[in-house]
Amino acid sequence: MSAVPYPREKSIALLTDMLRIRRLEEKAAELYGAGKIRGFLHLYIGEEAVAAGCMPAIAAGDNVVATYREHGHALLRGVPMGAIMAEMYGKREGCSRGRGGSMHLFDAARRFYGGNAIVAGGLPLATGLALASLLKKESRVTVCFFGEGAVAEGAFHESMNLAQLWKLPVAFFCENNLYAMGTALARSESQTDLCIKAAAFGMATLKVDGMDVVATHDAATKACAHVRSGAGPMFVEFQTYRFRAHSMFDPDLYRDKKEIEEWKKRGPIHTFSARLKAQDHLSEAQFLDIDARVMREVDEAAALAEAGTWEPVEDLTRDVYTT
Amino acid sequence: MTVTYREALRLGLREALAADERVFLMGEDVGKYGGTYAVSKGMLEEFGPERVRDTPLSELAFVGAGVGAALGGMRPIVEVMTVNFSLLALDQIVNNAALLRHMSGGQVSVPLVIRTSSGAGRQLAAQHSHSFESWYAAIPGIKVVAAATIDDAHGMLGAALAEPDPVIVFEYPALFETKGELSAGKVDIAKARVRRPGRKVTLITYGASLPKALKAAEELDGEVVDLRVLRPLDTQTILESVRKTRRAVVIDESWRSVSLAAEVAARIMEQGFYDLDAPVARVCSEEVPMPYARHLEEAALPQPEKIVAAARAIGA
Ligand SMILES: Cc1ncc(C[n+]2csc(CCOP(=O)(O)OP(=O)(O)O)c2C)c(N)n1
Repeated sequence: MSAVPYPREKSIALLTDMLRIRRLEEKAAELYGAGKIRGFLHLYIGEEAVAAGCMPAIAAGDNVVATYREHGHALLRGVPMGAIMAEMYGKREGCSRGRGGSMHLFDAARRFYGGNAIVAGGLPLATGLALASLLKKESRVTVCFFGEGAVAEGAFHESMNLAQLWKLPVAFFCENNLYAMGTALARSESQTDLCIKAAAFGMATLKVDGMDVVATHDAATKACAHVRSGAGPMFVEFQTYRFRAHSMFDPDLYRDKKEIEEWKKRGPIHTFSARLKAQDHLSEAQFLDIDARVMREVDEAAALAEAGTWEPVEDLTRDVYTT
Repeated sequence: MTVTYREALRLGLREALAADERVFLMGEDVGKYGGTYAVSKGMLEEFGPERVRDTPLSELAFVGAGVGAALGGMRPIVEVMTVNFSLLALDQIVNNAALLRHMSGGQVSVPLVIRTSSGAGRQLAAQHSHSFESWYAAIPGIKVVAAATIDDAHGMLGAALAEPDPVIVFEYPALFETKGELSAGKVDIAKARVRRPGRKVTLITYGASLPKALKAAEELDGEVVDLRVLRPLDTQTILESVRKTRRAVVIDESWRSVSLAAEVAARIMEQGFYDLDAPVARVCSEEVPMPYARHLEEAALPQPEKIVAAARAIGA
């Protein structure tokens, strides 16, 4: 167990962020069971160290593109928890007015360009956002999150090539949780070392332990600095694991329960807490206090969603065109 | 035998794999996962990984590989998880599957079957809910069929595999839990069917809208025509019904503009105009990407009440 190399305050912020995602999603799962949230719901539980480590490394002026498993990314990008919860309810107070639901959280003011539910659909978009920054001579980085399943799509390869060819300011953050729905990486890729794929385009790469928030934070910081310096794009593979099923419809029969238990031992929240405790940056009482504060935030978010309003049906066809 | 629509699909798939060594199934999560909708559950165990092939998330490549395998003498069944993801494979479907026969001057054929699912109603929002049947029905060189009943869920796959050219079979998750009698006979993929006789108005539809049309028909003394085959359209069955009822409402879950409903209405105008007592009406999805919120999704889709209202408005 290595010491956390950050000032206490920074470590506590990282821990709090991971807890905020965890508790928000546990509540979402509960509300799904109660029929308040419907459609698809993809939980990020187990993978929190990735979003929690990356988001503080991304500047307010940068762009973020994510997938349908994006509650954590949206939350730590600054979208209020209540607006996320209201979106999952389908209420007007949701961050996408209830039009998108869990898979399509958006917040343009925070440069959060969505939850995209087509696998690899976000990569060309991120490439284009980066192209705009290049043309406008802005020092903006675009960060694109996606799962390892996306590397099989043509959109991945075409975007990687374009980004490297044009030296675009984009960071490709691949969250490798080993399974694309029920398909294990080794059953779908001839080359399972994802960094080698990126390197084939001449792109700079990093491979990191996605269960360790220190590792993810350091990697994201490096990657954003590299991209911001004008050195071109960068690919980072975060090796992580989802503790829950792919979605609420998935019976999860394709994984060994032992494998899940093994990964849970490396759970990002309890391992990080243990390190902080070992170096006297955290006591159990302080942990419980943080957790209680987070739970209050979650309860308030759920209450806001519950009290939210339904958009009138007369407005059904709004926002198809701008004017 | 009483089965669910899902079981009927599974039976049809098993029979197809058992009947012909050249038939194999490939697609995302069709094997180890057991199929996104559990249609191919048990197939991997029964037929082995050679013939039940899990693919990576590479729609363009594996649909295209299906075209190639068909050219090479196999009888591939390619499953595309939902029609939304078929858009990633559109190039291979249009520029290869549909065109090869003609472009080669008739030298080669592509006996490929694509199975995919379509339709809204489960709050899956805009990237998972649209109906693109009419896009595919616009393309010469492919056949498009839509299974709305237990018998069609069971039999359309076998009929599609017997075709020498590419066929897209649409399946409807909204119907997967419906139960019904499975009859023993084979089904054709040539004709539309009258699913309910009636006198006052003809309700023409396909796919997941069929139960809605049947419900509306009870109130209207309506005759319900299930198109079944979306390309080539069986215009004759439509015209015969309209000649009898003198009124028609077309119900289509696609967006209204440039939809199958538009095509059906145009054919009635061209060939059945003098049999009509009123203009043809349409009930389609509203022209908006599918919203997530339940009440908005319901409002965006064709519903029995809207069908009744449309029929009443033309005097039925
Ligand atoms: C183009 C496309 N094909 C298939 C799907 C269905 N689907 C949704 S998520 C998913 C698995 C993706 O896995 P991965 O990219 O590793 O991300 P994860 O879900 O593990 O976060 C699949 C097959 C889709 N949404 N889009």
